[in-house]
Amino acid sequence: MAQTLAASSALPDLMPDRPGLLPMTIFLVLALIPAVAWFGPESYLLGLFTRVMVFAIAAMALDFICGYGGLVSFGHAAFVGIGAYAVGILGAHGITDMLVSLPTALLASAIFAYLTGTVCLRTKSVYFIMITLAFGQMAYFIAGSLAPYGGDDGLTIRLRSTLLGFPFLQNDRTLYYFVLLCLLLSYLVFRAILYSRFGRVFRGARENPTRMATLGFDVFRFQRVGYVIAGAVGGLAGFLLANATEFVSPAYMSWQRSGELIIMVLFGGIGSLHGAIVGAAGYLLIEEILGGITEQWKLIFGPLLVLVVLFARGGLLGLAGTIRGRLSRD
Amino acid sequence: MSTGLFVVQILNGLQFGVLLFLIAAGLTLVFGVMDCINLAHGVQYMLGAYLAVAFYALTGNFLIALVLALAAALVFGLLLEFVVFRHLYDRDHLEQVIATFGIIIFLNQAVKTVWGAAPLTLPIPEIFSGSIVLMPGLLYPVWRLVIIASGLAVAMLLYVLVSRTRVGMLVRAGATNARMVSALGVDIRRLFMILFGFGTMLAAFAGAMIAPILSVEPGMGDTVLILAFVVIVIGGIGSIRGAFLAALLIGLVDTLGRSFAIDILRLVMPPSPARTVGPAIASMLIYVLMALVLYFRPAGLFPARGR
Amino acid sequence: MKTSKLFVTVAAMALFGISGQAQAQEKLRIGVIATLSGPPAVLGQQLRNGVQLAVKDLGGKLGGREVEVIVQDDELKPDVAVSRAKALIERDKVDFVIGPIFSNILQAIFRPVTDAGVILISPNAGTSNFAGKECNANFFVTSYQNDQAFGVAGKYAQDAGLKKIFLIAPNYQAGRDALAGFKSFYKGEVADEVYVPLGQLDYSAELAKIAAASPGAIYVFLPGGMGINFVKQFRQAGLADKTVFLSAFTVDESTLPAQQDAAVGFFGGANWAPNLDNPQNKKFVAGYEKEFGAVPATYAFQSYDAVLLIDGALKLTKGNVADKDALRAALKKADFTSLRGGFKFNTNNYPIQDFYLVKVAKRGDGKFQTEIDKKVFTNFADPHAKDCPMK
Repeated sequence: MAQTLAASSALPDLMPDRPGLLPMTIFLVLALIPAVAWFGPESYLLGLFTRVMVFAIAAMALDFICGYGGLVSFGHAAFVGIGAYAVGILGAHGITDMLVSLPTALLASAIFAYLTGTVCLRTKSVYFIMITLAFGQMAYFIAGSLAPYGGDDGLTIRLRSTLLGFPFLQNDRTLYYFVLLCLLLSYLVFRAILYSRFGRVFRGARENPTRMATLGFDVFRFQRVGYVIAGAVGGLAGFLLANATEFVSPAYMSWQRSGELIIMVLFGGIGSLHGAIVGAAGYLLIEEILGGITEQWKLIFGPLLVLVVLFARGGLLGLAGTIRGRLSRD
Repeated sequence: MSTGLFVVQILNGLQFGVLLFLIAAGLTLVFGVMDCINLAHGVQYMLGAYLAVAFYALTGNFLIALVLALAAALVFGLLLEFVVFRHLYDRDHLEQVIATFGIIIFLNQAVKTVWGAAPLTLPIPEIFSGSIVLMPGLLYPVWRLVIIASGLAVAMLLYVLVSRTRVGMLVRAGATNARMVSALGVDIRRLFMILFGFGTMLAAFAGAMIAPILSVEPGMGDTVLILAFVVIVIGGIGSIRGAFLAALLIGLVDTLGRSFAIDILRLVMPPSPARTVGPAIASMLIYVLMALVLYFRPAGLFPARGR
Repeated sequence: MKTSKLFVTVAAMALFGISGQAQAQEKLRIGVIATLSGPPAVLGQQLRNGVQLAVKDLGGKLGGREVEVIVQDDELKPDVAVSRAKALIERDKVDFVIGPIFSNILQAIFRPVTDAGVILISPNAGTSNFAGKECNANFFVTSYQNDQAFGVAGKYAQDAGLKKIFLIAPNYQAGRDALAGFKSFYKGEVADEVYVPLGQLDYSAELAKIAAASPGAIYVFLPGGMGINFVKQFRQAGLADKTVFLSAFTVDESTLPAQQDAAVGFFGGANWAPNLDNPQNKKFVAGYEKEFGAVPATYAFQSYDAVLLIDGALKLTKGNVADKDALRAALKKADFTSLRGGFKFNTNNYPIQDFYLVKVAKRGDGKFQTEIDKKVFTNFADPHAKDCPMK
């Protein structure tokens, strides 16, 4: 059986002058949230949406390799964890300056992606899924055995990352906007990559690797570069997550977390960058709202996932589009 | 460390291997032959254990409880196939992963709602509750021998079923090219449905058989799930023989690793760190093994022909 | 589509905002954060049940004020726990947070809760850092400091002259603490010290090692499902007859329903047992069994005590929670009748209490419980208090 991914949102090959209306609206809404949060439980809402954005960054990176590159990674949470631990470990030694910790987080994740990608990318389809899972688990166990850094209990981060000694991320609102900025930058960078020559080869490798190879492209190299980029952005998400929760633990890297990231990608529609943001928001908000209503919320959530897969091709956005289409027809 | 202990550990490793195969058996069918990623395999295993406990509470007889549990699991499997899985065969792996992940979430919560969160237990049936002396001071429960025997029986059954019967041939053909097979007049849908039900039954059988030596609790299938997938991937998807050999290999590596990793490490480092690094390595061993196998053989040890 | 996204966001925030506003200002609000999903859910449920039973027994009023209990699940995920804790503090405006079960969750929520000036009472997790250098005036513990529970069996083994003890625990921080805690009191010969990977199912390899070592006793720390599996297989391997079984958190009322006869005669170390002989405890155990149909474990009694602690303190401050200094002083006095008998706080807000060797027994009604065997520590203070700057 051919395993081509479902053609969700079709991508035009020529880059439009500016991002579409929907992505712009999403960023606008995100920018306005602190203003609205001011009227309610501020720290809680800011914290919630900061987390949404952090996972959106990780989900975008996953969507890049998964939705566009056809590489379904079940170990993506490892990159997030590595980025987070970079902050935690440096912090435990008194180093909080982000000019040190951020590049470290990016570099560590990128190296891990490079090394594991070299092994993983030799395999295909479900073998790839399993081997990425294996490496994710290895990272999880290693983190758990780091006794001086909390081991299984995790590590508290005393001070959020500073910039040249200035603790500007301590304020929740500043952190929020910083994360939003990172999200925007990641979005624009991914967009640029996808429409570049590299991006077209990368995407082409998903559709038909043989064709790419006959055209003279070293598919393996292209995929590995893409994998490293996704890993580094995952590390960025981890850096931000550590700062947002002021805590780091091996739980950030479990295979269940990798599964959740995959779900976020699906919720937003595979192969859609801004969809990843919607997917992350959808998943975390559903978890938060449903969880507040009943303890048995998973009885609803499980079947919901199944339904989304079965009927909502293109995730929640696609579903919204279908509903809109149906309504406008009547 | 004596030779006696070493031999016992090898036996333990082989036994664990057969246990792993028993757990993974149902998955080799659904995943291996029907090419559908079934993450719900773990919860099907869990359900088998819970159903066995429930029917045992009703009837007080293990055998009857087992039969009833298998019947209920079969019905459940058929239902699941009809409602969810038959729509998944044509989808890509990613969507199969998520849909079956959703089933895991649902069932883990469901068993907690129905049976409560506290762990349950199932006693070993009377006739098998004896033990044999394995080594001075160490008894080996007869029930474990029964589990090994059932694991071997299931291996035989599957091998014969898939490679030697007409049904098995149809299923393999259907997995490769469903349209062609149905064009030949075979009701491929019904075949897959029955097969899936059978796979569920195998998972449930493993759960029920192993329940007397393990805790029955929500989420018990999650660890087992990863192990089952590792077995199949190392063995090569689609190969029953591969899965069996991989299971034995993993059982041996894991058990011997846990038993002797520390002793080996103590040759190169002081005892105190060796004691904690050893188990850390031991827990990663099966993943390292899988990575190694896939590096040299990207399609597993014994990939089924033509895949 | 853009409108639907906007709508969802606004609706979500309205939901959050409104639920905060609608509550009456008079009621006292207590937040409970515990692990209510996954395999350890049974522990979180006991914690929650203990709180709810205490509130019910006190007639729904603490220190004369009506109380409302809001329960949140931490899902054993530290970042989710932080979010839920913040929801309790900011959206639900709780005055107290009772919880959590697990140490890593405590690590995560400690600062968000205490920095906000809310009193955090842990009815289970009691890590050493918060008993020592990082102690906090807003943090109280009604359980124990983890090391203490691990020391009970060690002291007993040392005093009883047990020889050649085999140690086994999972390979994570608590496991290492457990064996270190045991060895801090037991100075005899250790047959072997084995750490197993977390979540291990089959212990044949370890059981073979134990049989080969032929120890006089074995000390086990294998919580939850791991303990159930080990105990069953240990008994099935015939090792129970010749080896004294000492443990911590391995054979308790949360695992005994699954271990049943396999665990009878095994020892544990705890600060309480259901058969502890005092009137308030007898009433509690009977009430718990009637209400929830299960024998309570330490998780339940400690959270019950947490509520009693709050009640005692509020009686002293006449229901006032606004004056934080007075509230903290009142809490520190620990003016309540604990289910365990005597109760006193150390300078670091961890309890000074008695510890017992407990033994698993089968009751007349077929249920299983731990029973007091002998007292091992009297007024035992944890070793980290000296590092705490609070006096």
